[in-house]
This record gives sequence, structure tokens and C-alpha cells, in this order.
Amino acid sequence: MTKFERLGSIFLPILLVFIWQAACIGFKIPSFVLPAPTEIAVALWDNLYIIWFHSSQTLLTTVIGFAVAVIFGAALGILVGSSRFAYSSLYPMLVGFNSVPKVAIVPILVVWFGIGTVPAILTAFMLSFFPIAVNVATGLATIEPELRDVLRSLGANQLDIVRKIGIPRSLPYLFASLKISITLAFVGSVISETLASNRGIGTLMTQASANFRVSLVFAGLVVIAAMGIAMYVIFAMIEKRMTAWAVRGTTFGVGG
Amino acid sequence: MKNLVELVNVSLSYGKTLAVSELNMAVAAGSFAAVVGPSGCGKSSLMKLVTGLMPATSGSVLIDEREIDGPVSIVGMAFQNPNLLPWRTTLENVLLPLEVVRPERHQFRAKRKEFVERAMDLLRIVGLDGFADHYPWQLSGGMQQRVSLCRSLIHQPRLLMLDEPFGALDAFTREELWDVLQTIWLERKFTAILVTHDLREALYLADKVHVMSNRPGRVVRCVDTAEFSRPRNERTFIDPKFNENVMELRAEIRAQRLPIEIKSAAGSEMTP
Repeated sequence: MTKFERLGSIFLPILLVFIWQAACIGFKIPSFVLPAPTEIAVALWDNLYIIWFHSSQTLLTTVIGFAVAVIFGAALGILVGSSRFAYSSLYPMLVGFNSVPKVAIVPILVVWFGIGTVPAILTAFMLSFFPIAVNVATGLATIEPELRDVLRSLGANQLDIVRKIGIPRSLPYLFASLKISITLAFVGSVISETLASNRGIGTLMTQASANFRVSLVFAGLVVIAAMGIAMYVIFAMIEKRMTAWAVRGTTFGVGG
Repeated sequence: MKNLVELVNVSLSYGKTLAVSELNMAVAAGSFAAVVGPSGCGKSSLMKLVTGLMPATSGSVLIDEREIDGPVSIVGMAFQNPNLLPWRTTLENVLLPLEVVRPERHQFRAKRKEFVERAMDLLRIVGLDGFADHYPWQLSGGMQQRVSLCRSLIHQPRLLMLDEPFGALDAFTREELWDVLQTIWLERKFTAILVTHDLREALYLADKVHVMSNRPGRVVRCVDTAEFSRPRNERTFIDPKFNENVMELRAEIRAQRLPIEIKSAAGSEMTP
């Protein structure tokens, strides 16, 4: 990124906030309809402890659900990507499962596990494992057939091919999917908290909107967005470090 | 001399298409064979047959005078695409076969030093010893192909299978690599089978050039090139006999190609 491009990522949000603020003042929008950014900031500051209490719960359920999704999704992806049988038998089911709205599953989870932490973790998991599995499977399934021949002619079995080529090859795919999945995991846990929990950003927002504290609802949104961006940045950094060979620089001979 | 590879009346079909039919071919141990033919004549099928990656539909493939029934681990392979692993350095790429092939895979840790030396020797021959720690994207196409060649030879295979390894390179690099390959071959004396479209390449490198017919492929002619002394060099290219051979082979392959075009034209008239 050039300096100019980097500035864009900072200035555009600031510009939007200014327009928002100006619109709220100019059109005299009441704060229970759309609070101005300054009011949201005040709400954020005034309720710092409550927001921390709820957001730490959301962060916890999201990270646990996401961690399970990474392990499960990667394992599933390896299985589906390396065996044609597993692919043809599992893939339709996976697609079907992914099409089910997860909001509809939360009540079932509540019946099974009660309200609170467990349904939130499970919803975060269910929403985020699919992109991981699909991406890892793609990385494995697109091994060059000639490379496969080279190894097979050396007496390699399927496991050798997966270990030596498949898994390293699918790493860039994995990391690309992690960035998407972590944000989906937030969506999952917040959905679950909104429906059935007494702790979490989702809960906070439901309660706040019931009490017409709209600026607090928006403060919750800001916190979720901030956590999402932070996680995205962390995984983008890990990606850059782990798969430098896939995002190689354009300069010849540097870093060799 | 004993034959390392022998194909006796081999046919291979994919579903209904017959790729290779009644193919007979013998490659003497330690010799360099080239296979040329019109495109789609089943040259790649030949690769799969000889390496045991694909079983013959009928007939028999013999290695060391014994019929094979699965992948034979005495082969090294290189293709038009170098297929290097982008996350490995040149050296690590060259070492890959030793992590897989038996018995070396079990000695890999214990003998790593010896294996690295072996790899460096090969890299030295192809002129890449200064690039052992470079990644594939830092190498040019020709350099990558050299690495691929080293990788195909690191486990000291008795048979080297080359499927148009220089097809994607520019003319200068290609001719440079012919000499590199010739040097390694003269030094190590493995058996080599080179599948190629390039007739000059075939005549320059091989002891014997096998011409394949159009699909379904079979060997229709053999040209012996023993009269061109080794090591061959640019003087070989201006040898009138060499060019005569090139012309002959070209005519042969044209003749192979022509009938099918007439046939297909006739066929299209009949279909409606």
C-alpha cells in the first residue's frame, strides 16, 4: 500500500462520520431515530464498564467458536479435498447445511444447552467453519496432476501427497478464509446473544433498544465493528507471515 | 545390451478412445531414446505406461525383463511445467523425492548432509549452485526447468522420463538445456526417454528416435543416430546428415498427420 492508499482507509470513515454528524444536526434528526456520532461516543464513554462486561463475553464465545471452526473446518477440508469419495458424499450435505439460516437453529440449541455461552459458541462455529472447509478443500483438490504423478511414481501414497504438497499448498487458501470466517463468527455469536442470552453485545443491544437507548445500541455496533476489524487485521498479519511465498513481492531477488 | 524398458503389443484405452494400440518399443539400458509424433499421438500415455502409473489395457510393459503391475520406483520424471513447490527453496525442492522414495525416506534425517551434498552436486552441474536458497519465483523459466531436472535425478533413478521438458522455453535457453542434459547423461549414464515435438531436439539428444503414428499411437519408425559422435555440439547441427534426418522425420510425421485430416473431412460430410 502506498501512503496515499493508506490514508484513504483512514479518511473515508472520518469523512462518513462527519457527514453523519452534519446530517443529524442539519436535518434535526431525533436521537432515538439516529443518534449523532458524538452522542454515540458519549454513550460509549458513559457505559464503558457495561460495554466491557458484555463485549468480553462476545469476544470469548466468538474466539472459542472460531477456534473450533478452524480445527474442524481444516480437518473437514483436508478430508473432502483429498478423497473423491468424501467429496461426493459430504459436499451436498455441507452445502445444504450452510443454506440453513442459523437464526432458526438457535432456539433448538437453547432447548438442548440452555441460554447463554454454549449456544453462542455453537452458532459462531456453525457460521464460520464452512468457508474454511471449502477453501482448504479447494487448495488440496487443485494439486497439479503432474506433480501428483511425480510423487506417485516415487511410491508416495495419498497421505504423503497430502502432507508434502496438499497441506502447504492449501495454507494460503486457509488464511484467506480465516479473515472471512472470523467476521462471520462475530455475526454468529451476536445472533445467538440477541435471541437467548443475558450477557454479550447482542444482549446489550436488545436491552438497550427495548429501553429506547438508541445511542447505546449504536455504541454496541461500533464495538462489534471494532472487534471485527481488529481480528481481521490480526489474521491478515498472520497470513502475511505464514504464506509469504504466496503473496510474493514483485521485486526480483529480494528476500532470497 | 539388455533392454531396461520393453513394450510388447501394448494398447491403452480411456473409455472408448484408444490412445495407444499395438505399441512395440524397446529401450536399451543406459541409452537415450526419444519419441516424436504428431500431436495427440499418445506420447503422454506412453509416459504413464512406462512408469506404471497407468496399467496397459492389453499387452505387457516390461522393466528389467519383468512385467510391471504398479508404479515403478526407479523412475525420475520431468514435465513441460517445472511444477516446483513455491514454498520450498531450490535445494528443498530438489530434495523432495528423497523424502518420499524408499529407502531414502527413512534415512532422510540421518543422512541429510549426504543428501544435501548430492543435491548440490546436481545443482553445480546445471549451473545453479549459487541459487540453492532462492525460491522458485526468483528464478527464470529456464532455471526452474533446471531445478526440475535436478529433482528428477536426485534419487539416482535408473530411468529418466522427460515429457517435453523444454517445450515452453525460448530457443536459446532450450539449446542451452540440451547441452546441460547431455552433460548429465554422459556423466551418469542412466536410461532416458524423452517425449518431444522438437525433431532437432530428439535427434540431437537421443541414440534412437522412435516415430509414433497418429492416434491410436504405435511406433512406425526408428531412426538410429549413433553416427553423430558424442558429445554433440553446434557442429552437429550443420552436419548435412543431421539435417537430412530432420527432413526425413518431418516428412514422416506429416505423412502420419495427413490421412486423418482427409478422413475427418470425409467423416463430417457423412454425418448429416
